[in-house]
Amino acid sequence: MINLFEASETNKMISEENLDVRTITMGISLLDCIDSNLDRVNAKVYDKITTMARNLVQTGEDISREYGIPIVNKRISVTPIALVGGAACKSPEDFVTLARTLDRAAHEVGVNFIGGYSALVSKGMTQADEYLIRSIPAALAETECVCSSINVGSTKTGINMDAVKLMGEIVKQTAENTKEQDSLGCAKLVIFCNAPDDNPFMAGAFHGVTEADAIINVGVSGPGVVKHALTKVRGKNFEVLCETIKKTAFKVTRVGQLVAQEASRRLGVPFGIIDLSLAPTPAIGDSVAEILEEIGLESVGAPGTTAALALLNDQVKKGGVMASSYVGGLSGAFIPVSEDQGMIDAVNAGALTLEKLEAMTCVCSVGLDMIAIPGDTKPTTIAGIIADEMAIGMINQKTTAVRLIPVIGKGVGETVEFGGLLGYAPIMPVNQFSCDAFINRTGRIPAPVHSFKN
Amino acid sequence: MKKTIITVVGKDTVGIIAKVCTYLAENEVNIEDISQTIVQGYFNMILITDTSRSNKEHGVMAEELEKLGTQIGVTIRCQHEDIFNMMHRI
Repeated sequence: MINLFEASETNKMISEENLDVRTITMGISLLDCIDSNLDRVNAKVYDKITTMARNLVQTGEDISREYGIPIVNKRISVTPIALVGGAACKSPEDFVTLARTLDRAAHEVGVNFIGGYSALVSKGMTQADEYLIRSIPAALAETECVCSSINVGSTKTGINMDAVKLMGEIVKQTAENTKEQDSLGCAKLVIFCNAPDDNPFMAGAFHGVTEADAIINVGVSGPGVVKHALTKVRGKNFEVLCETIKKTAFKVTRVGQLVAQEASRRLGVPFGIIDLSLAPTPAIGDSVAEILEEIGLESVGAPGTTAALALLNDQVKKGGVMASSYVGGLSGAFIPVSEDQGMIDAVNAGALTLEKLEAMTCVCSVGLDMIAIPGDTKPTTIAGIIADEMAIGMINQKTTAVRLIPVIGKGVGETVEFGGLLGYAPIMPVNQFSCDAFINRTGRIPAPVHSFKN
Repeated sequence: MKKTIITVVGKDTVGIIAKVCTYLAENEVNIEDISQTIVQGYFNMILITDTSRSNKEHGVMAEELEKLGTQIGVTIRCQHEDIFNMMHRI
């Protein structure tokens, strides 16, 4: 039987260390909504989402109350819209109607984000893919909950540099279209290499074509819990450090597993995966940077940061894989800047640069995430940053992503406020040397030699 | 039958157990195990209960216990046992 000590440990994690389930994300396939008539696609998409997910929010709240664990977000991911709308959409404007439909459906069922306004173009773009990509600035400006992601490369296919170049322009245009809100549109746009089909976290979530009709994926969190556990092993060797992270990750993931199983049972939708990422929030004590500092860095960004992050990421996985049979998504440590108070402090102190963040993405689970850069950054420079990050993912056979926010009208030293879970960020300087000639070459970067495993 | 775990944490005062147990008795909740200690002046208690005979829904009971806790000046939580089982038992 459960004893007093165990019960109070769990409850302390929840009440003092910000343990929560970050998201229950329902993946919904929209492949059966494909139609050559635009109005009919819109109607079918709306009906399917509002039918499948009508109990999602209520179920999340019920589980939360019964087990006493906060479930912060309930979200939906759908089949990449470029595939769903391809037969009906003859222009970028046609795709925007689908974005509006997704937004309406999300509001109707009460979720806070819906992901999947996406295209998978790692080797080439179809006409529909290109229309969708060109519609992103308008779609993200006109909608509130819709999130967009574009996969522009993979280890198997190489990097589609035409898409990278285009995305540089699209990111800039999205920033322009939402400049009244500090270019908030870009916070809902991710560019991926090796994008996973079952990621529950926004803004990069979409329901891959390899998935079932509907599925429940759960993202756990708990940087505060890991940080707190590490305060008890200060000065101890790496073995003790790693053991502590592993055990904590196990406990955190088990909570996610419980919530996922319950949600799956109550909604009658199969359980997909647990994403055991350490996802920070701007709340004090809910920071991945603080874990790295607890491991022994004066500030995140100091020499040793990449090694500490590599260690953290690996131990989180090792603890998590035993806690759940199905682990997937991104699973690792997130290092967004604006959503992590410790990262923000490190940037403000001059300890953390864009280049160091890029190095850190080689060993963490995502990439350059929620980084505000000057609004006058050239599209080709943005494309260059994207290309670098995609190359890291391609060569290392891992997921990498870029979510940059060129804040129109603001420059280095200023701050941008997104609010809520998205937080705020100091604008970081970008290397001013040009990569125009590199980006303006056309075509794609071939797949690396180690991808030929057949 | 799955158990409901009720935990009470807060500043020690006279009558905490009496008030919590009275509420549970009035609502047909059977207490199967009870463990209590004082750590540095703080009252800590865990009750393992069977709520199967109670007519109250879990959510309502959790809310009422929370309110009762506020009156006494302690925090009362009412949770399904599985959250603890999952975390602390392999």
